[in-house]
Amino acid sequence: MSEPIDAAAKKPPRVGLFATCLVDLIRPRVGFATAKLLEDAGCTVEVPQQTCCGQPAFNSGDRKTARELAAQAIEAFEPYDYVVLPSGSCAGQVSLHYPELFEGDAAWLPRAKRLAAKTFELTAFLSDVLKVTPKARFEGSVTYHDSCSGLRELGIAAQPRKLLANVEGLDLIEMKDPHVCCGFGGTFCVKYPDVSNKIVGKKTENIVASGAATLLAGDLGCLMNMAGKLSREGSKIKVRHVAEVLAGMGDAPAIGEPER
Amino acid sequence: MTQAVNSPYFNANARKALDDAFLQKALARSEKGFIERRKAAVEKLPEYDALRDSARDLKDHILAHLDLYLEAYEKNVIASGGHVHWAATAEEANEIILGICKRLNAKTVAKGKSMISEETGLNAYLETNGIRPVETDLGEYIIQLRGETPSHLIAPALHVTKEQIEADFRRAHVELPPERNLDEPTSLLAEARAMLRDKFLAAEVGITGANFLIAETGSSVIVTNEGNGDLTQTLAKAHIVISSIEKVVPTREDAATFLRLLARTASGMDLSVYTTFSTGARRETDPDGPLEYHVVLLDNGRSNMLGGKFQEMLRCIRCGACMNHCPVFHAVGGHAYGWVYPGPMGAVLTPSLVGVEQGGQLPNASTFCGRCEEVCPVRIPLPKLMRNWREREFERHLQPAAVRYGLGLWAAFAKRPALYRAATSLAMRTLRLFGGKGRLRQLPLASGWTRYRDFPAPQGETFQSQWKKRGTAR
Ligand code: SF4
Repeated sequence: MSEPIDAAAKKPPRVGLFATCLVDLIRPRVGFATAKLLEDAGCTVEVPQQTCCGQPAFNSGDRKTARELAAQAIEAFEPYDYVVLPSGSCAGQVSLHYPELFEGDAAWLPRAKRLAAKTFELTAFLSDVLKVTPKARFEGSVTYHDSCSGLRELGIAAQPRKLLANVEGLDLIEMKDPHVCCGFGGTFCVKYPDVSNKIVGKKTENIVASGAATLLAGDLGCLMNMAGKLSREGSKIKVRHVAEVLAGMGDAPAIGEPER
Repeated sequence: MTQAVNSPYFNANARKALDDAFLQKALARSEKGFIERRKAAVEKLPEYDALRDSARDLKDHILAHLDLYLEAYEKNVIASGGHVHWAATAEEANEIILGICKRLNAKTVAKGKSMISEETGLNAYLETNGIRPVETDLGEYIIQLRGETPSHLIAPALHVTKEQIEADFRRAHVELPPERNLDEPTSLLAEARAMLRDKFLAAEVGITGANFLIAETGSSVIVTNEGNGDLTQTLAKAHIVISSIEKVVPTREDAATFLRLLARTASGMDLSVYTTFSTGARRETDPDGPLEYHVVLLDNGRSNMLGGKFQEMLRCIRCGACMNHCPVFHAVGGHAYGWVYPGPMGAVLTPSLVGVEQGGQLPNASTFCGRCEEVCPVRIPLPKLMRNWREREFERHLQPAAVRYGLGLWAAFAKRPALYRAATSLAMRTLRLFGGKGRLRQLPLASGWTRYRDFPAPQGETFQSQWKKRGTAR
């Protein structure tokens, strides 16, 4: 499924954009940035009616709800050549855990597997499947946090850095321990607020120490967690989804800044 | 008499731990060392990952034939002059050990490090029966002085700072001259050794754990870095090994496979300083050694894990890497987990051994960051197993009502896309009104978030409704 796309191929790939619920609700800008990146790379982008990939239910032990939401997503996204998500953890849910959810289910397992095989996290899709490097400008220094699921479930680490290296004017400064969890963990951060706070506190310490003016990552959950903590600490560091910078939308209000 | 379970209070324990300045200092000091040493050792061994695969497969094979290997092991222990005692429960194990001690008129037992004896609460049991257990591992000795339990599998006193240890020694070792310098870890070790020497000689019985039991020879294997285990088991009249059943391996070669992984993953060493093999009691030609050799094999719920959803947990070789790399463990330390086994492995094993009613908090207290699975030498899928526990809890309605209702409400909308769109689009526009500064410092029903963090205000209209408009505008 993941052969490079021949630029000369007659039909542009049809991509179903799975925005993820956090992007849908909190930061639509990331959805538009994703769409722009995909369209600039020659894809046809569609946004079928969608809700949640089911990860919160899955990780809370509610397998039945997780399966219902997975089935709903499979039906919505089956028609596309590819499914792309601006999130490593939701992409991991679809590509690794959907098949697991339907183990032993003769009707759904093949459908889950087919969808899993054509589902990608955004930066991995751009760099591994489309093999494109979007052109963009962004003035300033950034540091990049590796969100856990994207990194450990899907092996995403080099792709966003490679794409960022191509952004004109951008200076990537690695923070200490970029691959260590930010303490978000989905419902973890509200179920265990004190522990979560301790973990995110270590993270923001490393972010601040990097000296970068902007923090980037590929998952909105982690970004909101880190942005919320930085803002409570009174930090001026701006926080954005990596797609925004890659799509040249890095001058819009950052996460937690008032809309203009 | 097993160790009391304090796991249901994880959240309260965690808060206490976060406020404990000594603990936080001790945790901060230890984190980097463990991680860096393991990393360096692994990088030096190109076949490390292949070794992990074979260790995993080997353990799976053993667990599939556990009965056969245990029988072979028992036969060979007996053939080499030892005794095997089967204990279904912690109580049974304690009674067997007490029986041996009483028969030998033991007043003092010297103990090597053993997590299984923590599981059975052996020390407290012996004490109430008039027998004095003396821990001989430095870390265990320190926490015994302090009246505590281990907070880490291989570094039991990880939660204590050097300064606290010095104060404990000055309090407990009455003959210690006040001018003696105890600034260095080595001087602390020398001081503990001097104290322990007499006790080794006085102990009638030596009790050790086992890292592995070798079926083909009937031997038990322990690894230590101080050599205390050797003294514990050779100087006494009887050597009692207390071990759980899943520690058995077929051959000496198989033990070597695990030994190569264990030391590297646990402490970054190629091999532990001492690897001691014990087979039976003293033979006529032996210059020293115990007159009796006993093995107490504890089940304590493990056979129920065989063939089930948690069998993979029985692959664990107790290296501690999962907790060394766990952000939650590093925030709160081992005691917050409330029972014998901390960190990710404890989060899976504790509910298996004490029941999900008591241990159910632990598999929830994880961000699922996956670093534990990434470093586990026998590739235990710890997050998946924690999720299995969450599923058990969910099926049995054991989660707090607020969590169930919150999720249920969310799911009710998420399963109805049209309703979801209408409701969320209204909700986000409303939230946006309150987040004029771009962030919310307080949010009803989300105090867990806003106690420590601002909540970034939503942009306003949802992506889906904006996208739809874009479509019609085109
Ligand atoms: S679960 Fe794996 S990493 Fe953790 S102690 Fe056991 S063997 Fe080591």
